[in-house]
Amino acid sequence: MRMFRSVTIGQHIPGDSIIHRLDPRTKILSAILLIVLLFVVNGFAGYGLVALAIALVVRASRIPGKFVLRGIRPLMMILILTLALHLFMTDGRVIFQFFFLKVTWEGLVRGLLMGTRLILLIMGTSMLTLTTSPMQLTDGIETLLRPGKKIGIPAHELAMMMTIALRFIPTLLEETEKIMKAQMARGADFQSGGLMQRAKSLIPLLVPLFVNAFRRADDLAIAMEARGYRGGEGRTKLRELQFQQHDLVALFLVVVFSVLVGVFF
Amino acid sequence: MSQAALRNVSLEIEDGELVGIIGPTGSGKSTLVQHFNGLLKPDSGKVYVDGVDLTLKDTQLRPIRQKVGMVFQYPEHQLFGETVLEDVGFGPQNIGLSDDDVVQRVQEALAYVGLDFASIKDQSPFELSGGQKRRVAIAGVLAMRPSVLILDEPTAGLDPEGREEILAEIRQLHNDGITVVLVTHSMEDVARLASRLIVMDQGAVALDGTPVEVFGQAARLKELGLGLPEITELMHELKANGLDVRTDILTVPEAEEEIIRVMGWQK
Repeated sequence: MRMFRSVTIGQHIPGDSIIHRLDPRTKILSAILLIVLLFVVNGFAGYGLVALAIALVVRASRIPGKFVLRGIRPLMMILILTLALHLFMTDGRVIFQFFFLKVTWEGLVRGLLMGTRLILLIMGTSMLTLTTSPMQLTDGIETLLRPGKKIGIPAHELAMMMTIALRFIPTLLEETEKIMKAQMARGADFQSGGLMQRAKSLIPLLVPLFVNAFRRADDLAIAMEARGYRGGEGRTKLRELQFQQHDLVALFLVVVFSVLVGVFF
Repeated sequence: MSQAALRNVSLEIEDGELVGIIGPTGSGKSTLVQHFNGLLKPDSGKVYVDGVDLTLKDTQLRPIRQKVGMVFQYPEHQLFGETVLEDVGFGPQNIGLSDDDVVQRVQEALAYVGLDFASIKDQSPFELSGGQKRRVAIAGVLAMRPSVLILDEPTAGLDPEGREEILAEIRQLHNDGITVVLVTHSMEDVARLASRLIVMDQGAVALDGTPVEVFGQAARLKELGLGLPEITELMHELKANGLDVRTDILTVPEAEEEIIRVMGWQK
């Protein structure tokens, strides 16, 4: 019944490679640049270069390639859907026709482009989460958002919320499993039946889950206050982020690469 | 989590027993009892309930789960119904009973846990007190009319009164012929209730016998990080200090009698 073991949201693989040691801010900014780049580039040559760059980063991070590829699996449906929609819905030179469905050359190209774009997007961003611990990640986001405070972005609060949310994912999964078991012991069935019936069978699972989540949130708030938490004002850090020389070099390389690929492809 | 959860457990529970399962945290008590109604399945080994092998692929688990009722730790965390009636009736409804039968079952189950059907059935279970919530949750399992009832730490987090009530209800259920398996940390609870004690340690049965037999092995229990009921501890102390009392005593009334006997007092 350990049905949730396969969930890998924000999975982090600790390590000591160059990529792991980079400042989280460097990695976050690089990931953002990558996303922008992927939407600017529109051709297989450009994507090939980006893929090459990602492959180099994966190599440097010493994370087994299968972990990076595994991130694609949950999005398989979306990938297939994207490909199918483009394949059948684009007008152009018809390759073959099947009743009202027609596959066009242009559709094939567009579908493959979009698919590649998605895959690269996932692989690139999962390099960020795979090599950065959730703590570092939120620290990075907090410091990056700090200038936004002047225009009312609550940087610390956002980061704290993220930290807590990440922290409670395993707890909630465990709790879900426990409640499912308890309701199954009372004859509940979560697996069979039609769509409506299945949705209805989730009520005995979701109601206690929410009730308990609120109770836990209350407890956590009190526990935090009892330990003197009062928001980000004047709070010091155990580990200060340090932007080092290799961060500068890495960021420089990423920017140069992005500009070059973005302009020429 | 690479180590095996549980290993060479081998035990048999007879009809009508009231078995207490004790053991240090992480000894596998909760994991063990979840095998009793097929919520967990062993990678190797067999589990039989009334001669039915739960480990076979085509065994229907629903009737087994009806027969073997399971009350989890903090069962009130699993309440969901808008009314007590809906929540307690969830089990019977899943068996496919008619509405009348469901109401009948709910009435019966609530009576067992000492709650008044008429006044509580339309209340929201979330508005009740902690002890009441717990009892409603237990009623939700009793409404399935199980012939075996497993309770995992049923008195955890209750005040003394709530705890006494739950224990009295468990004894009543046992008197009515239900086989009870009680998983607990409380030596007091099992000393008073159980007809048989099973001590688990690292996934194995360390001790198995009547409470008097098991608590007779004080040294072994200490080794496992467990203790004796306080009253038994007291008798040991008295003996160590020169009073010639018996030490196989598990409840306060027994102790009272024994001390009176040894001191030669009149009642």
